[in-house]
Amino acid sequence: MWRLDGSGKRVHRSGGATLSIRAVVATALRVLAQLRHDRRTLALVLVVPPALVALLRYVFDGVPGTFDRIGAPLVGLFPLIVMFLVTSIAMLRERTTGTLERLMSMPMAKLDLLVGYGLAFALLAAVQAAVTGVVAFWLLDVHSDGPVWAVVAFAIGNALLGMALGLLLSAFAATEFQAVQFMPAVLLPQIVLSGLLGPRPLMPHALRVVSDVLPVTYAYDGLVRVTADRTGNWLWIDALVVAGSVVVALALGSATLRRRTA
Amino acid sequence: MSSADDELAIDIRDLRVRRGSKLVLPGISLQIAARTVTGLLGPSGCGKSTLLRAIVGVQRIESGSVQVLGAPAGTALQRHRVAYVTQAPSVYSDLTVRENLQYFARIIGAPADRIPIVVDTVGLAPNVDARLDTLSGGEQSRASLAVALLSEPRLLVLDEPTVGLDPLLRRELWDTFHRLASDGATLLVSSHVMDEAARCDDLVLMREGRIIATGTPEAIRECGGSTDLESAFIALAGPR
Repeated sequence: MWRLDGSGKRVHRSGGATLSIRAVVATALRVLAQLRHDRRTLALVLVVPPALVALLRYVFDGVPGTFDRIGAPLVGLFPLIVMFLVTSIAMLRERTTGTLERLMSMPMAKLDLLVGYGLAFALLAAVQAAVTGVVAFWLLDVHSDGPVWAVVAFAIGNALLGMALGLLLSAFAATEFQAVQFMPAVLLPQIVLSGLLGPRPLMPHALRVVSDVLPVTYAYDGLVRVTADRTGNWLWIDALVVAGSVVVALALGSATLRRRTA
Repeated sequence: MSSADDELAIDIRDLRVRRGSKLVLPGISLQIAARTVTGLLGPSGCGKSTLLRAIVGVQRIESGSVQVLGAPAGTALQRHRVAYVTQAPSVYSDLTVRENLQYFARIIGAPADRIPIVVDTVGLAPNVDARLDTLSGGEQSRASLAVALLSEPRLLVLDEPTVGLDPLLRRELWDTFHRLASDGATLLVSSHVMDEAARCDDLVLMREGRIIATGTPEAIRECGGSTDLESAFIALAGPR
């Protein structure tokens, strides 16, 4: 249960963890200000996904069936990758420059920082998915039977999953070189196994079982269902698994934010 | 003098800290009076920063107790009362001075009108809208110090705050430290510059993880049998 206290500023959860709306909004604004100063990153985040969709559209020009199958889900998969990279580097920087230690010595809950990052990156993901969606669905004739807003909504969910995983993995990286390697190490196998490259039922049994427990499988499956306009229970299960994975990864990630270090 | 002047801002008993395999602090006890400016002096690598981190409550300790302003170090309560400036500037280098201060002011709940005041205190008024990565190292340190001043803390812990500053600004900052102390704050300032030591009310001399002397600058000079603090320090540290 969430409730407001007398000042109206702090929201308490019955578990005792407190979330300060002021600190969350301040953190989100700060992260957005950092992005605003880094125009090149902003441009890359917004231009690269539609450019890659366009590239794939023409690579598969001769085999129309393939692009019809993966084109629309891809729109929603890019935010996962981009937010994973951006978050793991951003959080690593907080750890190595001492700003994280400073924040942890201030009256700020760990959740304030995490939710603040989530808010800022969800906004960025929404813009990214919208730009990619406009280019894909209107300029490149990518086909989706389902509503475009649902693709964008799933893309934002995937961005949050990427953010939560990136945050968690940043704790295991000591340098930026290591942090970027977690993308091919942690994310790429999940994408390969998700069904994007080939249908999962045709995979060897062992790989199918592994893919059953990886969150990106459900992120991709959800996008396939949304773009094929196949709603129903499985879509809800996909959405729930993605949301649940975000919560679990954030909880584990918050445990890696230490007030006291060795 | 009222009895409140005798109260302790910091009370450390038998503090042991291990970092990796190295026993950095093998068992330190230290008391620091409230409303003073205390200098923590010693060569680099002697454990000054580790001791400061333990006082702020960000250092994992092996044993011993650290009481700050009458309560254990590092609790939620202390995060409202203690401010800490690390040796390396802990600010966002991709934001301007003003954006950094606005962010940290919102986190600690300091009013926005504190921002121009602390900017003036550290002499960054001409650079307030410059991104930190375009400023010099000394200017970045001052921005980091400005963040700590936002909250008007009761205990201000500063790790080598005046490195790379020009002498005029250094003098102004020391005047600021004394003004804060006379307003009721306690300051603990680490330094390896001996001429700054003379400006402290009290000194703590450290060497190889141990405290080798405490006292006023006059007492240290007397005890070390020298008129200047550097020679006194060498005399107290003993032959290498």
